[in-house]
This record gives sequence, C-alpha cells and structure tokens, in this order.
Amino acid sequence: MKQVHAWSAIAAIVLASTTGDVLLSRAMKQIGDVGELRRRAGLWTVVGSILRHPSFLLGVLAMTVAFYSLLFGLSWGDVSLVAPASASLTFVANAVAAKIFLHERVDHRRWLAAGFVACGVLLLAT
Amino acid sequence: MTFRKYLVLAGVTIFAATGDSLLAHGMKQVGSISWHRLPDVVLAILNPWVALGILFLLGFFAAYMTALSWADLTYVIPATSLGYVLLALIAKFLLHEDVTTTRWLGILLISAGVGFVTQGPALTSHPPNRVSENYVTEVASTRTER
Repeated sequence: MKQVHAWSAIAAIVLASTTGDVLLSRAMKQIGDVGELRRRAGLWTVVGSILRHPSFLLGVLAMTVAFYSLLFGLSWGDVSLVAPASASLTFVANAVAAKIFLHERVDHRRWLAAGFVACGVLLLAT
Repeated sequence: MTFRKYLVLAGVTIFAATGDSLLAHGMKQVGSISWHRLPDVVLAILNPWVALGILFLLGFFAAYMTALSWADLTYVIPATSLGYVLLALIAKFLLHEDVTTTRWLGILLISAGVGFVTQGPALTSHPPNRVSENYVTEVASTRTER
C-alpha cells in the first residue's frame, strides 16, 4: 500500500513538473540570456520582467503542485526511489513535451540520453 | 558554453541534491501524513530541516532559471542529472537508507545519459522571428518612454 502511495505521488510529480518546466523554459527563452540582459538593463529590471511574465507565473504554479506532491512522496517512500524516479521520468516526459511544445531539436543524442535514463529508472524501481 | 555557464549548471546540480536530502530528512522527522490530516503538510514547513531544504531549492530555482535562459530544456535537465549520484551518496552515508546494487546500476545509466547530451549543442537555433530576443530591452525602453 505504501508503494502504491509512493508511485501515485511520483505520477503527480511527473505531470505537474513537466507542465512547469515547459512553461518556465518558454518564459526564459522569451526573456533571453539573463547574464547578458543584466549587464545591459540591470539586475532588478531582469528580475522584474521575469516575475511579471505570465508563462513564468503559471510555471511556478505547476511547480508548486509538483513540490507538494514531492513532500507527500518523500514522507511515504525512500528518497533514493521517489526523488530520482520522479525526476527521471519527468526527463523523458520533458523530451517529448519540449519537442512538441517548445520545438526543440531533440536529436538521436538526446533520445539516447532519454533511453538511458528510462532504463536507469526501471532499475531504481526494482 | 563558457566556464561561468558550467558553474551555473553545477549550482543547479548541487543545490537540487542538497535541498532534496534536507527535505527528506525533515519529512522523516515529521512522519507519514495521512489523508484525514492534510493540513499537516503545510505545517511541515515549520520543521527546520524542511525550511533549510526549501532555502536550498530556492537557490536551485535561481540557477535553473538562469540556465534555461541560454540553453534548451532537453539540455539543462540531463546535463544536471549527475545530482542523482550525489543524492545516492547522501542517502547512503548521511540518511542511512539502503542503496542496492541494482539502484547503483540505475544511477550509473542515468549518468551515462548525461555524457551523451553534453556532447551536443546546448541551444536549438530557431528562425529569428520565432523567439522575441529583446523582451527585456523592449520592456525597459517602454518604461523610459513613459
């Protein structure tokens, strides 16, 4: 029963944090290189425009859901299962989501990395 | 990729692993939270280990946002997954959890994935009109006009 709880927490984390990652990545790509912008416009202008970006705010909301799912998961299962399993599955879901929603070029190198991580997750779960 | 950018990626890795471990340690002290006592999950923040974990995860978030501003999502996430190795070491030696051989093998495979992705380019080059590159500068100049 403890395992069922841990894995439903993992599923919730994956869904919420993939949504969050895609939204945050889109916000940061639209804002541009933070280091460069800080030199040109100043730190607080950059921080201000990040905090006011709608995709960023929605992303943070999704990440909050993911964070509380993680808190539940960690109180039900081992950290070396819940944390890597959820984050690695998120990585595979992210590769698919980044290709579809962010139009990133996910080449054979990146798919191979996704495959290795997926196998790693299977081994973590046994 | 400059040395400074690799430092940011290292920051993402270390802050995330340390933050997760602090949270895990804190949540073990808080104990299992049952469905009929849901508000307990909010009160968990009062535990000092959980609070410190959250502080580290804020540091992670700042580094992560910085990395995402100049690299693809499918680059940043695998490039920083070396944190699982760090996490396993912390779990074994500080939290005294049982890390089996199979789990170590899984961690090894994840690390191999990091190797693959960091060989490639960090950012997909989009056609110039797809991403507004000067978002902040636009905001800044609108302000000055006002």
